[in-house]
Amino acid sequence: MTTAARAGAAARTMRRARRARRGVRLRIVIPLIIVALYVVGAILVPILYHFDPLHTELLYRLKPPGTTVADGKTAIFGTDQVGQDMFAQMMMGARVSLTVGALTLLFAGVFGVLVGLLSGHFGGWIDMALMRIADIQLAFPSILLAILLASVLGQGLTNIIIVLSIASWVVFARVTRSQVLALKNREYVDAARTLGAGHLHLMFRTQLPGCLAPILVVATVEFGHVILAEAALSFLGVGVPLGVPSLGSSIQAGTAYLTTAWWISTLPGIALAILVLATGILGDALRDRFDPRLRSA
Amino acid sequence: MLGYVARRLLLAVFVLWGAVTVVFIVVRLVPADPAVLIAGETATPEQIAALRAEMGLDRPLLLQYLGYLGKAVTGNFGNSYTQNVPVTQLIGQVLPNTVLLAVLACVFAVIVSFPLGLLAALRVNRFSDRAVTTLSLLTQSLPGFWVGIVLMLVFSRKLNWLPSAGLDSPASLVLPTITLALPFIAILVRMTRSGLLEVMGEGYIVTARSKGLPERTVIFPHAIRNATIPIITIVGLEFGTLLGGAVITETVFSFPGIGRLLVTSIQVRDYAVVQACVLVIAVAFVLVNLIIDLLYGYLDPRVRLS
Repeated sequence: MTTAARAGAAARTMRRARRARRGVRLRIVIPLIIVALYVVGAILVPILYHFDPLHTELLYRLKPPGTTVADGKTAIFGTDQVGQDMFAQMMMGARVSLTVGALTLLFAGVFGVLVGLLSGHFGGWIDMALMRIADIQLAFPSILLAILLASVLGQGLTNIIIVLSIASWVVFARVTRSQVLALKNREYVDAARTLGAGHLHLMFRTQLPGCLAPILVVATVEFGHVILAEAALSFLGVGVPLGVPSLGSSIQAGTAYLTTAWWISTLPGIALAILVLATGILGDALRDRFDPRLRSA
Repeated sequence: MLGYVARRLLLAVFVLWGAVTVVFIVVRLVPADPAVLIAGETATPEQIAALRAEMGLDRPLLLQYLGYLGKAVTGNFGNSYTQNVPVTQLIGQVLPNTVLLAVLACVFAVIVSFPLGLLAALRVNRFSDRAVTTLSLLTQSLPGFWVGIVLMLVFSRKLNWLPSAGLDSPASLVLPTITLALPFIAILVRMTRSGLLEVMGEGYIVTARSKGLPERTVIFPHAIRNATIPIITIVGLEFGTLLGGAVITETVFSFPGIGRLLVTSIQVRDYAVVQACVLVIAVAFVLVNLIIDLLYGYLDPRVRLS
């Protein structure tokens, strides 16, 4: 191979690598923009529309998307069975989804990471006990555990968050534990230990930073799962209380009007799917970005 | 191998004990008194007290727990709170339907996803690979109950091709099977693809290629046989998600299965039925995983030695 040819090959490899990086960057930025739009919509739209979940507008019930309603506004996504604007209602639902998703991740994440750190760092009987608890928990399909707990605790936003946190901490614990096991014998951890670092310092200052990337990936994917689970619970009637619009309960309400008003069930489902899809793409891209070993290609 | 089997069995028994205990604790958290739920609002305090004694609710918690454990082992879950029949009878009526639905969904998912995963792995990073991976990510993001509703809207309400509810004919199984299988297909496609890609990088594939075997022979016996092992594990692990999905799918299609029995029992607060349903599903899940673990140890000797 001549020098020129070798240089050409090197340039090609570089170009390809750069293009791959740009692809990953796009797959991170676009989903983030979508999630941001949902956040902004969830905050602003219900305020702009003066959304009141108890208000009914019977003259304008079951109107198809695009109908002009009472105060001259256009209901771009139609109205539901009591004449409420579907768009405002969906954005109220997104409020519930995002709040439940974020808080559940916070609680499940903090608890799971703590358990994973303890388990991985100390090993021995602590690890044994904690991981057996995780095994028992995994004996239940997580949605089943959530349904069982939710049916006992009753409806309510706080209860949903508690239930879903209980159902999803195990993933965080497992990922953190396996990462700590991979890290604990690295030279820099040994060095910290030799310098006299205590357990707390070793766990939180030395090993935790090395676990953050996989935890972030798991958190992104779990965010989508939690949002879907909340919608499923609300759909089954064990989620949000009556009168609180959630995407799941809107879909449920629409099932009675499938033939006359298709939009009540279908549109909130699409809104939900786009949000979950965005987090799924983001999770994949973050994994490619942080963990080249798992790169899908 | 014997030691491996013993270890897996022991773990399975332990996990089952844990599941039974968790259900006991959770159901005892119910604020309402089961005796009041059964006797009804109009019962006198004496009637309720008599019922509590009959159900053993006045005994110390530990005794209640031990009695409950004994009953759970023998499969005796008592009578339903709302209908005066044994819980086992209620479950016996619907369980075969759920098993049928779950097996159909599994088979359908494997049949659909294997060729797709293979296609994606063989044409990695080309258009067909991108299309298959994107589609599977999209499918995974769709809420299962919503998919069921849309399928029902299109195929039974608008086109009138298939029944939308119940289980009266084999045609009633079509929509629930598809709904239940979709997320499973998405996961299986991704797993088949990545499993095959991993195997394709192994030394024995290079050997097979370099000794001049045709590509067909390299892929079919060599690559696929080795890639199926991790796929079997995923089928086992995801079986739980499938059972959870059955709860939702059955509710959407009013399908007479254990999932719908669970949801309707929750609505009427019939916790005797609720706890039995949850236990049956957990037991099924643990058993499937046990079988998969044993099969895995049999197929791949490296597993049982570790």
